[in-house]
Amino acid sequence: MMVFIGFFYLPLLGNVIAFKDYQPFIGILESEWVGLDNFRVLWSGDPEFLNALKNTLIITALQLMFTFPVPIALALLMNSLLSQAFKRWVQSILYLPYFLSWVVVVAIFQHILGYNGPLESFMAAIGGPEPQIIGNPDFFKPLLILQDIWKNAGWGTILFLAALGGIDEGLYQAAAVDGASRWRQLWHVTLPGIRSVVILILILRIGDILTVGFEQIILQQQAVGRDVSEVLDTYVYNNGILGGDWGTSAAVGLVKGVIGVGLVLLANKLAHMFGEAGIYRKAQR
Amino acid sequence: MSVMERGHAHTGPEAATTRSPKRGRRSGGLYVGYRSHWAAEGAKMLALGLCCLVVLGPFAMVVATSLADPEQIARDGGMVLWPEVPTLEAYRAIFTGGQISGAIGVSAFVTIVGTAVALSVTSLLAYALSRRTMPFRGVLLGAVLLTMLFGVGIIPLYLTVKTFHLLDSLWSLIIPVSVSAFNVIVMRQFFQNLPDEISEAATIDGASELKIFTTIIVPLSKPIFAAIGLFYAVNFWNTFFSALLYINDQSKWPIQLILRQYLVNNAQVGLDEVAMAGEMPPAQPSLQMAILVVSLIPIVCVYPFLQKHFTKGMLTGAIKG
Repeated sequence: MMVFIGFFYLPLLGNVIAFKDYQPFIGILESEWVGLDNFRVLWSGDPEFLNALKNTLIITALQLMFTFPVPIALALLMNSLLSQAFKRWVQSILYLPYFLSWVVVVAIFQHILGYNGPLESFMAAIGGPEPQIIGNPDFFKPLLILQDIWKNAGWGTILFLAALGGIDEGLYQAAAVDGASRWRQLWHVTLPGIRSVVILILILRIGDILTVGFEQIILQQQAVGRDVSEVLDTYVYNNGILGGDWGTSAAVGLVKGVIGVGLVLLANKLAHMFGEAGIYRKAQR
Repeated sequence: MSVMERGHAHTGPEAATTRSPKRGRRSGGLYVGYRSHWAAEGAKMLALGLCCLVVLGPFAMVVATSLADPEQIARDGGMVLWPEVPTLEAYRAIFTGGQISGAIGVSAFVTIVGTAVALSVTSLLAYALSRRTMPFRGVLLGAVLLTMLFGVGIIPLYLTVKTFHLLDSLWSLIIPVSVSAFNVIVMRQFFQNLPDEISEAATIDGASELKIFTTIIVPLSKPIFAAIGLFYAVNFWNTFFSALLYINDQSKWPIQLILRQYLVNNAQVGLDEVAMAGEMPPAQPSLQMAILVVSLIPIVCVYPFLQKHFTKGMLTGAIKG
């Protein structure tokens, strides 16, 4: 039974190649130890690595700014609906894209927004300029964000809706008695009510700060070039598995994993300092 | 007015995500003196309706194009909004053998076998972790949780698969992803909520652990098996990146790699792929969209169950941890 954890813990050992000059033909054990040589690329300022890091951070920042608030806004909107039947229809429809693979999502976007797609026909019909969105490096990052929202925003509302449902009705009644308008009720009752869930999701998101839409990007990288699209994960894939630079790529991957754990723990600690529950395991103490 | 609104909100059946019985009444219900109230409701419905249109519109176009005849496609130059003369030619073409039919078979195999393997492994592990008599339970639980926090890099994973000689084998798509820590935790939580007395009684009657698990626990846990099973099945059907990494042999490509080839990279769907020698093949956009629709069918078929079980599973998992 436990053997199957092997696919997590064995690869963990495989991380030793980050400290070796790995030669595929010799094997992991026989390859030479090189200490921290592979990590040198991280601080020696290798331009490709720096470019990947830069793109990763930009995309993460964009996601936090644009993708993160959308499910919250959607959930608030859905929660304030009076018609429950309509709400269930909306939910059923908006959850759907979450279950599609990235290949499908990217394909749909390319064919709708791209060459010969309906958007182009529309622009031609109204005499507008030809839309060059797909394959245009300038539009690549906004496009990523748009796809991310289209695919995941609906599904993301679930937890917030659950949190909204858990708010005590009495609080609204009390606020209404005190003469609070609907906007003030939103501000003083609803938002504090979902604060802990928002913070929880934010913490988990922070752990993934160096992980941005890998499949999504790999699929579209060819069209726009690595300058704008290379992120840490694709760097590891392109240089390691395609390029054969195993050691350095493994080192980048390892550092990324360690930083991820560190960030989650740090964010959790901060949340505790501000009196929030944070991740559940700590909260139980 | 307020009473009427409250009544109206109450008559609506509980939404899928609703947990608290108090939930029926919306915060909007109490307000008196908001004459713009129905206007506000209408505006919200319009906004959400637009969101739904943005989600569903592309699907409608995809289906329409897959059904359109070559003439109309030639005239419109690409996607169409409504097929004038609907035809199933494109579907017939991709199902007459060739690489695309093969890929559907590969994906079906990986999904069915993968889900069976993943469910057995996950449930056994979760059951073991739920038993108080299990030795080293805490350590093992910690080991499972750690996998949620720390992501192993792509390269060590690739090398592991290579070491086990799984490259170019369909098992490489199944075994490495057959246990997800999150699912183990959710299932364990479910098993723990079953009353202990049942298994104790069975132990006294002389049943072995495995016997208890298969004859008592599994039948009691059908809902969680359905939920987690669907979760795995969708993931297996959507397998893209592991296939890109591990499978070089084109005859073993799953449907997602075919989609990438013909829809994302816009490769021409040739006569080999559709195996229609001697006939005029349907227009490229129809073929492409037909492949896309076929890849969607399984998801759409299980979607009603997905939505119900997932929402529940997600909530139990997230709230109880």
